[in-house]
Amino acid sequence: MTGRAALRGLFGTLAAVAAAEVTVRAAGGFSGDLPAPTQVLAAAGEQLADGEFTDAVGATLRVWAYGMLIAVGVAVPAGFLLSSIRALGTACQAIVEFLRPIPSVALIPLALLVFPAPDRMKTSLVVYASVWPILLNTLYALRQVDRVQLDTLKVFGFGAAARAWFVSLPSSVPFILTGVRVSASVALIVAISTELLAVGDTGIGTYLAQTQSAGGQTDQMLAGALWAGVIGLLINGALTTAERRAARWWPVSGKEGVA
Amino acid sequence: MLTIDALTHSYPGGHTAVDDLSLAVEAGELVTVVGPSGCGKSTLLRCIAGLQRPTGGRVLLNGDEIRDVPDSLAMVFQSYGRSLLPWLSVRDNVALVLRHRYGSRRERRAAALEALAEVGLADAAAKHPGQLSGGMQQRVAIARALAYGPKLLLMDEPFGSVDAQTREDLEDLLLALRARTPVTVVLVTHDIDESVYLGDRVVVLTGAPGRVLAELPVGLPADRDQIKTRQDPEFVRLRAEVGRLVREK
Repeated sequence: MTGRAALRGLFGTLAAVAAAEVTVRAAGGFSGDLPAPTQVLAAAGEQLADGEFTDAVGATLRVWAYGMLIAVGVAVPAGFLLSSIRALGTACQAIVEFLRPIPSVALIPLALLVFPAPDRMKTSLVVYASVWPILLNTLYALRQVDRVQLDTLKVFGFGAAARAWFVSLPSSVPFILTGVRVSASVALIVAISTELLAVGDTGIGTYLAQTQSAGGQTDQMLAGALWAGVIGLLINGALTTAERRAARWWPVSGKEGVA
Repeated sequence: MLTIDALTHSYPGGHTAVDDLSLAVEAGELVTVVGPSGCGKSTLLRCIAGLQRPTGGRVLLNGDEIRDVPDSLAMVFQSYGRSLLPWLSVRDNVALVLRHRYGSRRERRAAALEALAEVGLADAAAKHPGQLSGGMQQRVAIARALAYGPKLLLMDEPFGSVDAQTREDLEDLLLALRARTPVTVVLVTHDIDESVYLGDRVVVLTGAPGRVLAELPVGLPADRDQIKTRQDPEFVRLRAEVGRLVREK
């Protein structure tokens, strides 16, 4: 983004916030006691010092992180298994295509039955939602592995497992990272929606539900949502950077690379 | 050392790449294999390397039939850009294949640096393949193959995708390395001049399906020179002879 574009973006944002501020104040907060943007920002600032809120953020992020770790740990080896044993891959294709479109939130009732502990319940749904993008990207990546690289290592006496470790896995890294980035956003959405829909003891979603039902805390409610957005943005930014760096230092194949 | 006995390979779908091809290579020899494109040269090398099981005939290395990739064999592929691993440094590309040769990483890296110095790339060890020119990448591939310490080195059109000057440099590099190392080389090329310039013996294959049309011993002194050798009457005679054979159907 050029400096001028960034400046314009900033102006646009400020203009939108100012318009919202004027509208909300002029209408007296509408019927639902809607806070003005400045009030939301002030509440967001206060939340940084609010132990209850920071604990809630920590709880959601913990569920998110564990869920992502488990999803990577499941999806990447599963991708290798399904693509190295062709019969298994074909046999599993139908079931994968059937399970993948099921929205995670539709599985909340099932997860509540299977996992009584709220953290495990939430983590299980995060894992469910995150597995698919990573699995599909891994499978795609493994179809792109360069035959010549595999043949080269074979000639130098590397067995199938060693070739998977030294060629297939590293050459899949950029694709797997793309899957992880897609999953990371989905995982955050699933974690917060699960907290909202199945009220647990803590978490950003739980905090939002409580501030909404308690009444008179709409500024905190919206500030919580604002923080959720900021967290999503930060996660996505970090993973996009990682991906871009991997693409630069990890030219998948061919002659181009860092020059 | 290497005996190819009535080798036949047909791909699924019916295309026969190599048909009843027999050839013997002595230890220490540099045999060049030349033929029109599509005559099964690459298939021949893949069968020798154990990358492909022939549908008929046998390949024997020191009397043993090749069923899997032999330990004493290395290969240089034409597409160097795809044969080197782009995410590893040049040094680590060489060191990687020495895993079964040396126990410690330090020994592997030292051996890799030594091999890179042999091909004049000591300074490039820390770079990644993508940072090097095509000719330099192919030097890395040659260093990697020789560091592996093979008895038999297979080269599949190794200098086919570099410019003319680089190609001559690489040809001379190969001859120099070979003079220092007791290695048997089978080099496939579609370049008639190159087959004569490099070879102790030129094997001419027929068009598809490939079989041996002629074997011509090269009566040139071992010490070859890009200018003088190419003016040698023997070189001129052989080049014309091979050219005539390649065009023959």
